[in-house]
Amino acid sequence: MGALHLEYTVAPDDFSRAGEVSGIVKRTLKDLGFPPAVVRRTAIAMYEAEINMVIHANGGKITADITPEEIMIVFADQGPGIPDIDLAMQEGWSTASEDIRDMGFGAGMGLPNIQKSTDYMDVQTTVGVGTTITIKIFVTQ
Amino acid sequence: MNDKLHSVKLDSDLCKGCTTCVKRCPMEAIRVRDKKAIIINERCIDCGECIRVCPHHAKKAVVDSLSVLKNFDYTIALPAPSLYGQFKGILGDRNVILTALKHIGFDTVFEVAAAAEAISTLTNRKIRSSKERLPIISTACPTIVRIIRMRFPSLIPHLLDFRSPMEFAARWAKRVAQKETGLPAEKIGCIFISPCPAKATAVKLPVTNEESAVDAVIAISEIYTKLRTAIKRVIVPEDLAIAGSPGMGWAISGGECSAAAISDHLSADGMENVISILEALENEELPQVDFIELNACVGGCVGGVLTVENPFIARGRVQHIMKHTPPVLRPESCPVEDVGWDHSMEFDPSLRIDTNLSDAITLLAKIRDIESRLNGMDCGACGAPSCHALAEDIAKGFATEDQCVFIVREKLQALLGQHENPDGAAESAAAETEREEQA
Ligand SMILES: Nc1ncnc2c1ncn2[C@@H]1O[C@H](COP(=O)(O)OP(=O)(O)O)[C@@H](O)[C@H]1O
Ligand code: SF4
Ligand SMILES: [Mg+2]
Repeated sequence: MGALHLEYTVAPDDFSRAGEVSGIVKRTLKDLGFPPAVVRRTAIAMYEAEINMVIHANGGKITADITPEEIMIVFADQGPGIPDIDLAMQEGWSTASEDIRDMGFGAGMGLPNIQKSTDYMDVQTTVGVGTTITIKIFVTQ
Repeated sequence: MNDKLHSVKLDSDLCKGCTTCVKRCPMEAIRVRDKKAIIINERCIDCGECIRVCPHHAKKAVVDSLSVLKNFDYTIALPAPSLYGQFKGILGDRNVILTALKHIGFDTVFEVAAAAEAISTLTNRKIRSSKERLPIISTACPTIVRIIRMRFPSLIPHLLDFRSPMEFAARWAKRVAQKETGLPAEKIGCIFISPCPAKATAVKLPVTNEESAVDAVIAISEIYTKLRTAIKRVIVPEDLAIAGSPGMGWAISGGECSAAAISDHLSADGMENVISILEALENEELPQVDFIELNACVGGCVGGVLTVENPFIARGRVQHIMKHTPPVLRPESCPVEDVGWDHSMEFDPSLRIDTNLSDAITLLAKIRDIESRLNGMDCGACGAPSCHALAEDIAKGFATEDQCVFIVREKLQALLGQHENPDGAAESAAAETEREEQA
């Protein structure tokens, strides 16, 4: 069975490149021939998690493990961590600054959207240490 | 796609093996192998960009010549609206051009602009009545349809399910001619006067997988000189124009949007811009619009590679003619039933790494492994557009690592190094500093 491991680094505070990794992975999934719905769901979740890394956590690392059955993506950062995860998961909750909002980010829908578009989501976070989010999308034809 | 169905071809005598086209092809469909460019047919969308950029004019479009006229008892010229922008001194009356077409051998002419106009009206109606699959994307440019079928399959449901003005015009013109001449359909030749190779390919292999109603395609550039001479000789032009000004506008980017009179629209031209719009649409990053007009060529069809005049000059001329044409010139009853597709539009998997998902993943892992050994400069000296493309070619067995100049240089250096300096360069350098320190 085919398996593919991909690794990327997300630069901190570079808004012009925000979403770049999601774009690359999306293109890869398309070229591989994953069903459009799978590509779409992965892209939405990845974009949100990648943006969160940029605006809340000084960048980080993304790894993707791809098999015909499932797509697993891990977002690991060494940012400030999330003090109250239940609160952060609520729609509309955001700690983003005015500046960030002016740029069109920080609507507080990121984490809820990740949850909605994936089949599995796990958040490990420690204040002052960092956050690791793991998502999975199961491939159904 | 089958080799014979493509209209963009290479003249290998003229090809110098430079990598200009390789780098500029939006589909990464060209490689230089054995010092000559080759086109990978499965990937080619006939956009004509390589014809445009080749400094040695080694890329050409294979289309018909005027001699096809003798294959038919009755011939109809179907001029693309972009033809009207090619000639100076028309003074707003395109009947001069249409009459000249008859003088160079056609029995009659039928303006594709008239079909375009009818399609615009129907498009307007469709958009106002359908709410679910907006935005609707124009299907007039075959290159756009092909790239969507290959690279943006999730957008296929957005494609306007209407035949192109060229196809519709051919069906319409043939019906009219059959009635007027009493000839059977196969004796009547509908000949499209084309701005681009993409339209020629769309006749050989229609994007909707049906038989085209167009019988032959002649390039604007092919008849340009002859037509220009004939235009000068027209004294009293016949009244052949039937299309109103909106139909003319289809020659220029944005013209289709205005013709359809849809307020929330977007138009983009040039392959690079088109691809970024399609990507944004797919990523749902575009503002809400109802209609999207996309043209492969900069400026729209006036920028087609088989036109002669500079696209910006041609655009001005078309706009001038539009000013002198009323919105409705001669309303003809058109066969509306010929507009919609009979066939469904299907995904074209040509760009897929492999048709089996598991095999594709395995192959991509191999490609990335090979790519990690290449230096990432995307220099093109190997004849592939990027290191990734070379890695893919190697993984699929179409190329070898020795095509990379850097790998060859490394191998060579290693070989030379072994000869001249059996102990290795690092050791001798260390010895040198030691001696210096001692001194
Ligand atoms: N990687 C992260 N590191 C630190 N905090 C995060 C991270 N991701 C999300 N958060 C916190 O969770 C909140 C909600 O995230 P999200 O739903 O994506 O909304 P938004 O990013 O629009 O603020 C953020 O405002 C932020 O406080
Ligand atoms: S924009 Fe017009 S001229 Fe250019 S490829 Fe498309 S149909 Fe042909
Ligand atoms: Mg967010």
